[in-house]
Amino acid sequence: MRYLAAKTAGEAAAALAAEPGLTRILAGGTDVLVQLKSGLVEPALIVDIKQIPGIAEIVAEDGGYRIGAAVPNAVLGEHAGVVAMWPGVVEGANLIGSTQVQGRCTMVGNLCNGSPAGDAVPGLIAANAVARIVGPNGQRDLPVADIPTGPGKTSLAKGEVITSVFLPARPARASDAYLRFIPRTEMDIAVASAAVSLELNADDTVKAARVVLGAVAPTVIVAEEAGRICVGSKLDEATLARMAAACEAVAKPIDDKRGTVAFRTKTAGTLAKRAALTAYTRAGGTK
Amino acid sequence: MAFDEYQKREFKQVGKRVRRPDGVDKVTGRAMYGADATAPGMLWARILRSPHAHARIRSIDTSAAMALKGVRAVLTGADLPDQEDVFIRDVQNNCMAKDKVLYDGHAVAAVAAVDIATAKAALKLIKVDYEILPHVTDVDKAMAPGAPVVLDGRSLESVPAGMSANVTEHAEFGHGDLGAGFAKADMVLERSYKTPTAHQGYIEPHAALASVTSDGKAELWCCTQGQFYVRTLCAAIMGMEASQLRVTASEIGGGFGGKTTVFIEPVALALARKAGRPVKLVMNRDEVFRATGPTVHSSMDVKIGMTKDGRITAAEAKLRYSGGAFPSGTHSFGAQAAFAAYDLAAVRSYSWNVLTNRPKEAAYRAPGAPQAIYAVEATIDELCQHFGLDPLDVRLKNAARKGTKSSYGPTFPDIGLVATLEAAKAHPHYSAPLEPGQGRGISCGFWFNFGGNSCVSLNINTDGTVGVTEGNPDIGGSRASISLMAAEELGIDYDRVRTIVADTSSLGYNDVTDGSRVTFAVGLATIKAARDAVRVMCERAAKIWGIDADAVEWKDGAAVPAGPNAGKFPPMTLAEIAAVSFETGGPIAGHHEVNVDGAGVSFGVHIVDIEVDKETGATKVLRYTVFQDAGKAVHPSYVEGQMQGGAVQGIGWALNEEYIYGEDGRLQNPTFLDYRVPVASDLPMIDTVILEIPNPGHPYGVRGVGETGIVPPLAAITNAVCRSAGVRMHELPMSPPRVLKALSA
Ligand SMILES: Cc1cc2nc3c(=O)[nH]c(=O)nc-3n(C[C@H](O)[C@H](O)[C@H](O)COP(=O)(O)OP(=O)(O)OC[C@H]3O[C@@H](n4cnc5c(N)ncnc54)[C@H](O)[C@@H]3O)c2cc1C
Repeated sequence: MRYLAAKTAGEAAAALAAEPGLTRILAGGTDVLVQLKSGLVEPALIVDIKQIPGIAEIVAEDGGYRIGAAVPNAVLGEHAGVVAMWPGVVEGANLIGSTQVQGRCTMVGNLCNGSPAGDAVPGLIAANAVARIVGPNGQRDLPVADIPTGPGKTSLAKGEVITSVFLPARPARASDAYLRFIPRTEMDIAVASAAVSLELNADDTVKAARVVLGAVAPTVIVAEEAGRICVGSKLDEATLARMAAACEAVAKPIDDKRGTVAFRTKTAGTLAKRAALTAYTRAGGTK
Repeated sequence: MAFDEYQKREFKQVGKRVRRPDGVDKVTGRAMYGADATAPGMLWARILRSPHAHARIRSIDTSAAMALKGVRAVLTGADLPDQEDVFIRDVQNNCMAKDKVLYDGHAVAAVAAVDIATAKAALKLIKVDYEILPHVTDVDKAMAPGAPVVLDGRSLESVPAGMSANVTEHAEFGHGDLGAGFAKADMVLERSYKTPTAHQGYIEPHAALASVTSDGKAELWCCTQGQFYVRTLCAAIMGMEASQLRVTASEIGGGFGGKTTVFIEPVALALARKAGRPVKLVMNRDEVFRATGPTVHSSMDVKIGMTKDGRITAAEAKLRYSGGAFPSGTHSFGAQAAFAAYDLAAVRSYSWNVLTNRPKEAAYRAPGAPQAIYAVEATIDELCQHFGLDPLDVRLKNAARKGTKSSYGPTFPDIGLVATLEAAKAHPHYSAPLEPGQGRGISCGFWFNFGGNSCVSLNINTDGTVGVTEGNPDIGGSRASISLMAAEELGIDYDRVRTIVADTSSLGYNDVTDGSRVTFAVGLATIKAARDAVRVMCERAAKIWGIDADAVEWKDGAAVPAGPNAGKFPPMTLAEIAAVSFETGGPIAGHHEVNVDGAGVSFGVHIVDIEVDKETGATKVLRYTVFQDAGKAVHPSYVEGQMQGGAVQGIGWALNEEYIYGEDGRLQNPTFLDYRVPVASDLPMIDTVILEIPNPGHPYGVRGVGETGIVPPLAAITNAVCRSAGVRMHELPMSPPRVLKALSA
């Protein structure tokens, strides 16, 4: 196993592209190191990206924020600007692991690990976040929603490295929220999760809504219909019930040791309702 | 039984919350745990484990592993002797399979190499040819006719004819006329329950370092609850004399019963003998879950008759326990404990042990009792709800007390159940109002406690300090308690006493640290060893004063003349006598060796408030109070720690902990991620109320307190969850998917 601490994103991409064997990128390492230790993967090359200039920084851009791929989630959680604009994204990222894990783990690592239960991913997708990718053939931007393709799989090509994610600007009366269900209160993996991002009209009715579900399908999924149902309402009980039903309709979970199909389906809807109410209140809505 | 030991006294040391002797080492990382031992030239070992739940081993080819550079020894079951003694054979086969693998994770081979990477690489080179056999992991399925047979020919005579060959043992307890009793009831409720396998979840994985010399002497350092028992088992497996094998117990990072037998120790010794070098073997967490000794899993039927005013007229329990792949006697503890809390005219409990393709169970705090008492206490609660009766009043109405003929035979001496129930009833927790949707549950709990073989040496140092040597690994604070009792008896300060845990060559046999026995039994031996030393010190003072030894007595840490006729001498303190001991006959020591009887039973009552989230089935524990009879709390903080620890483990078992097996018979959750013990943020502070109803069998009235605490939570949580959810559930754990399913049924 070789280890490379890349000095530029280009160097990282080139090294990853040139390696015929299995590769891993080392951001916080909170997935990679665990997988190495348990013998789950035996990569030929590990490329550490943390020394790439700027990759651990958060910068304001076009009214939104560009978050470097190696920004630890603990640092993200202390950034007043991001917290104020995208509280739901931050709350998802900050639910990961424990204080110790927070000091290392990254949203991009969470995304690229490819788990449908990753806590940072639904919030990013609800926010319409866009990833910046450097590959052997240059740079491109891709919506975060298009990155996960299945458990442990992403649409990134060989040699591609995400350098940052961009959280766009948003109007004043807008906010988001994320909730996950775990059987304990911490140190667990989401059995179902939901992120909701809302924009309100002046009369407190919902202008736009994006509802995203985690851990109920092979990838994080956008519940388009659930979002549409919220629009025009003040999230009254009848609307929320229809919204939850729409979430249940698109949930395609599996039965496993962490939860049953019935439980995950029902809980995804319940969490979406609750997250929507939190986002609504955060956006300044009153009923 | 010895029910005449207790003498009322004013305590000066016992009962103080003194500084713990192991604290500094533990918080600074100095404490030497199992994996901290090293030896010159040491090799590292790894174990190859079966991926199959049940398979015959056709052959094992270790040649490629042996040929790997850096490999010094490879071991398989064929290297170990054919044991005549059935019990030793089972223990050995559990550590290393011989002809069949009996569960996922069962050891089939082991390698010792110059480093871990080489040992791991060598495991991959071992070729095992398995003939996969049908498997069974569920107790009810294993009992059914036609079930795959785990081990044939192991049924004892007690097992009724015609049962599955997997049924190895049967027991029955009780008295009275059940039919007449049920006829007197206003309602007879019959319910069936299931409990999952739980693991003790100790933080420290098993670890051993073994060294065997060419002249047949061996040293073993390991993490265990009983170094003497480890010696017994390992000496038998290795064909060694006890005197040639010295076992030293490390500091221990939790055991809860799970470290009362051997898993890797004989393997480390056998590899060390083969390699001619010291061998270190440390389990990882996955191995701990798959191949140590979790609890039995159970399937139970309970039938209880009650009058409308809450008197239990008859009670019956049928307990089917599976202790995994080898015979286990834990079922009979369940049958004995099931109705121990109650004074019943007609009671019967029946139990069976059933073999399944799971790891062989080991003890876990009050082994066998939590399951049976869960079923009984949940059924009683349902009856209380049916009749609209206060659940504590019903327990009080039926409570066993002094003179009650217990459901398992003996007549109780002084016991603390009624006092414990009354304390619970009077406590503000019980009368605190509940919000709508919240539920309150209670349960009684019981454990027998144990005494057993204990040796203590107590040395009076010339500087007036005292060293106590005992032989039981300290898993719950026993060194502090033993020092306190020695100090009390000698009349000196706690800080002047240091207690250490000796290896097997330094002291006579001590039973394992189990059965909540150490503070009770080793404490009793310590008190008597101190009395022995006091006798010697009185003799020395008598010699110095030139009077009869009979004319000297011990008071407040000093020898004094016994009354005016003995002569007028100023008191001689322990330190003064010790300082001149070399001139008065030599070093002063006391010792005591005994097989202690008279362990007083211990009862507890738990109250818990719970709120179930009706939309997700999530359970929140709002408030929890433990009431338990400690006889005498020698070190109250440690006693509270035991009560809290037991409660937390029971809460985990009730709500989330379980072994999950797939269709393939493999354990699906051998990690702390998916085997969910409660984390700190899951629980409120567990409040404790210690009761002190002296145990007549101990000089200071001490009862064991280590186990009872895990017994009540299973039913207390069930009763609270079911009252909050408004629906009864009869299977543990009550994980959110199960609760939500019950709510939507
Ligand atoms: C104790 C513990 C608790 C945890 N709890 C949670 C939890 O509650 N919720 C949760 O969702 N997860 C949890 N995790 C998993 C893990 O912490 C998260 O997935 C984390 O966000 C991963 O980030 P990382 O920076 O450490 O990723 P790494 O381990 O460094 O990388 C993860 C994966 O992403 C790839 N990768 C990393 N960076 C890039 C990049 N810039 N471009 C392309 N690919 C990249 C790597 O190749 C690798 O496959 C936990 C882990 C531990 C050890």
